[in-house]
Amino acid sequence: MALAIRVNGNTHSVDVDGDTPLLWVLRDVLGLTGTKFGCGMALCGACTVHVNGEPTRSCITPIDSIGTSEITTIEAIGKTAIGAKIQKAWLDREVIQCGYCQSGQIMSASALLASKPNPTDADIDDAMSGNICRCGTYVRIREAIKQAASG
Amino acid sequence: MVIDHHASRTTRLGEVPSANVLSRRGFLQVGAAAGGGLMLSLSLPFGNREANAADTFVPNAFIRIGSDGQIVLIMPYVEMGQGTYTSIPMLIAEELEVDLKQVRLEHAPPNEKLYANPLLGVQATGNSNAIRGAWQPLRQAGAAARTMLVAAAAKKWNVDPASCRAQSGEVLHPPTGRSIKYGALAADAAGMPVPEKIALKRPQDFKLIGTPAKRLDTPAKVNGTAVYGIDVRPSGVKIATLAQSPVFGGRVKSVDDSAAKIVKGVRQIVRLDDAVAVVADHMGAAKKGLAALKIEWDDGPHAKLTTEDIARELDQAALRSGAVAQTIGDVDKAMASAVTKVEALYHAPFLAHAAMEPMNCTVHLRKDECEIWVGSQAMARVQAMAAKAAGLSPEKVIVHNHLLGGGFGRRLEADGAVRAVQIAQHVDGPVKVVWTREEDIQHDMYRPYWVDRISAGLDAKGRPVAWNNRFAGSSVIARWLPPGFKNGLDPDSTEGAIDLVYDLPNFRVEYIRVEPPGIPTAFWRSVGPSHNVFVTESFVDELAAAAKQDAVGFRRALLDKSPRARAVLDLAAEKSDWVKPLPNGSGRGVSLQSAFGSYLAQVAEVEVSKNGAVRVRRLVCAVDCGTVVNPDTVQAQIQSGFIFGTTAALYGEITLKDGRVEQSNFDTYQMLRMNEAPAIEVHIVNSQEPPGGIGETGTSAIVPAIANAIFAATGKRLRKMPVDPAVLKKPT
Repeated sequence: MALAIRVNGNTHSVDVDGDTPLLWVLRDVLGLTGTKFGCGMALCGACTVHVNGEPTRSCITPIDSIGTSEITTIEAIGKTAIGAKIQKAWLDREVIQCGYCQSGQIMSASALLASKPNPTDADIDDAMSGNICRCGTYVRIREAIKQAASG
Repeated sequence: MVIDHHASRTTRLGEVPSANVLSRRGFLQVGAAAGGGLMLSLSLPFGNREANAADTFVPNAFIRIGSDGQIVLIMPYVEMGQGTYTSIPMLIAEELEVDLKQVRLEHAPPNEKLYANPLLGVQATGNSNAIRGAWQPLRQAGAAARTMLVAAAAKKWNVDPASCRAQSGEVLHPPTGRSIKYGALAADAAGMPVPEKIALKRPQDFKLIGTPAKRLDTPAKVNGTAVYGIDVRPSGVKIATLAQSPVFGGRVKSVDDSAAKIVKGVRQIVRLDDAVAVVADHMGAAKKGLAALKIEWDDGPHAKLTTEDIARELDQAALRSGAVAQTIGDVDKAMASAVTKVEALYHAPFLAHAAMEPMNCTVHLRKDECEIWVGSQAMARVQAMAAKAAGLSPEKVIVHNHLLGGGFGRRLEADGAVRAVQIAQHVDGPVKVVWTREEDIQHDMYRPYWVDRISAGLDAKGRPVAWNNRFAGSSVIARWLPPGFKNGLDPDSTEGAIDLVYDLPNFRVEYIRVEPPGIPTAFWRSVGPSHNVFVTESFVDELAAAAKQDAVGFRRALLDKSPRARAVLDLAAEKSDWVKPLPNGSGRGVSLQSAFGSYLAQVAEVEVSKNGAVRVRRLVCAVDCGTVVNPDTVQAQIQSGFIFGTTAALYGEITLKDGRVEQSNFDTYQMLRMNEAPAIEVHIVNSQEPPGGIGETGTSAIVPAIANAIFAATGKRLRKMPVDPAVLKKPT
């Protein structure tokens, strides 16, 4: 069954089973490999994308549940004002080490700032605790979110 | 900067025509580069003993200055988040007098002879030694190149080289205001004599070294364009995922793949002796196919194995005498005369690496060659083991290295590449083998389980007069680098247990190698010290308590011969407000570590709730890692190591039941998260000693500080990691 999905402003037709997780459609079918696989169970947040602006774990989101919703991935988040600010803060604060989880971190952080422009520490904990970073960049992620919020 | 991921065959670096060798025992060769320009070939010291002994010149790193002015560094270390791709070019740029932006990095192709890491002796990035190995030779090479470029300019202008100077990628002649760029001089410089003596800059003249440099590898990591091993997509690639025997050493008995075959997108089922793989158009189909397989396993000899079996065996082994790693004075005599004796038994668990990028490897096996795409800490090992699996000679195996989504020691192993080759042998065209997180955790190669029997004697004043430590566990070196295991010992297993900073007049450490059945072991971030420092620094704390002394003061009194250790201890105590009281249920713990060539002292502040839950609030570190190349990287790596170690202290444990690893994903193998992350302060001591390693230090150092803080908060001594809240729960 071919499905039409909207990704980063473009429409794509994909021919996969309806229960296929969005993650694999993005990575293996469309070649958008910036969204990462970490756990497959929504436990680590590496696969976070935006579906109509909502942070969503693409590894457990069946492709047939998306309909005409707009999907935004790390490849396009820099085109939004908030996404660009987050990316800049990430570089200014030298957040990144291995970088593998950072696509998901940036997607979660930009969704946070979109809903709460001036997040408290508790807001940051709530929004970001679903994203694991094995390199332990949490201290800098927190600083970078605060920088992006104030800048 | 661009990082080129180029293949082994496309580079022919050994060809350096009309070369001048610095000296018979020299490390540097200079000549013309292919296509014009200057080529420096370096032989990093200590690495290739055979080559050194034979007095032949075997280079293992290269610097090319092109006629376009581009400086290319071909280096044998990989980036896995530790900042090497920034700090190594800083060494060259400093002495060459160029902007960091002018240096471009290329991955070294796999060649064990050419790219041996000078401290490891094999081509690998690990043991926190990239900067330690490169520190002298890369700066010397940069300085030699600069001298030759200046000489070429001086000759052109017919002036005294002493009247010229190098700056920002050009040679200047201040008296006449002339300047000429390196690119225009590179070809001429290749014909200049190699300087007899190389003068390195004085530390006070450093412009780059010691100043925070922006990471060069990060811009591609914020927009999804960075390519990790898991991201490669050779034309026509299929995606495979796999189920390996749930018991190590087991076999496939039967497979019913009828339901898997009809999953849309599934192309092929590959049955191996001890694994089954599903090959599909995409990972979604491969996983769905895998779930539809009905596999019966023959569990083999380890079908009933439990962690308790292994721990019991190690407990027993540690009763026997072992290989003596270090002995000072007369321990038995001193122990007999001690006023107070303290004995303890410590256990350190198996740990998985759980890098965020699950294990993966892409292989295209053709008739007589094999192409591999992977992120590896040890490319030459991948090449050699893949060649063996494919039945090819190593030069027929092309390895493309990519960014690593975390290494932590897991990617020093080549088992993933071997597995991918085995699957590729059944697949027409390229296949990317991606492990699920469950496979990644249940088929890791684990940080060994260790058991330590340790005892000490104190004199009437509470000063330790005897120290006796005997520990048992796996030697990773014995498997990974067999020549490194000699007379029952290897340098990794004992690091952090011997050569302590403390003045201990009667001291003995013995090691008993015991390889556990049915579970493979491997290097894990902070390697030997990951358990030794936990035991040693917890036990020093026990001695301080037995002597009824302050934990910092007790240590300090033993540091007369270790001024660097004493300085970091004092600084950590000061910055952490060590003497300030904390509320009930909270406590501070200290630890002191000398490992990887660096000194760390840290104070952990924890809070323990009535139900035994531990919250790590604040970590303060004082570090002396010698000369600091990139201070921001030192800060970042301590932060990183502390989070990694705190994760292990609070949650890290891999257990076996019925031969199977019981943990499978981040629900059962937990990671520290943002809401649990402590505040971390890092204070760097100014030092002009040679650089020490930094990527692993924090991980081993912080675990005992946390355990000691829990003791301060609760009076309970934790001799087994991870923290067990049930033990800390207050009776109701």
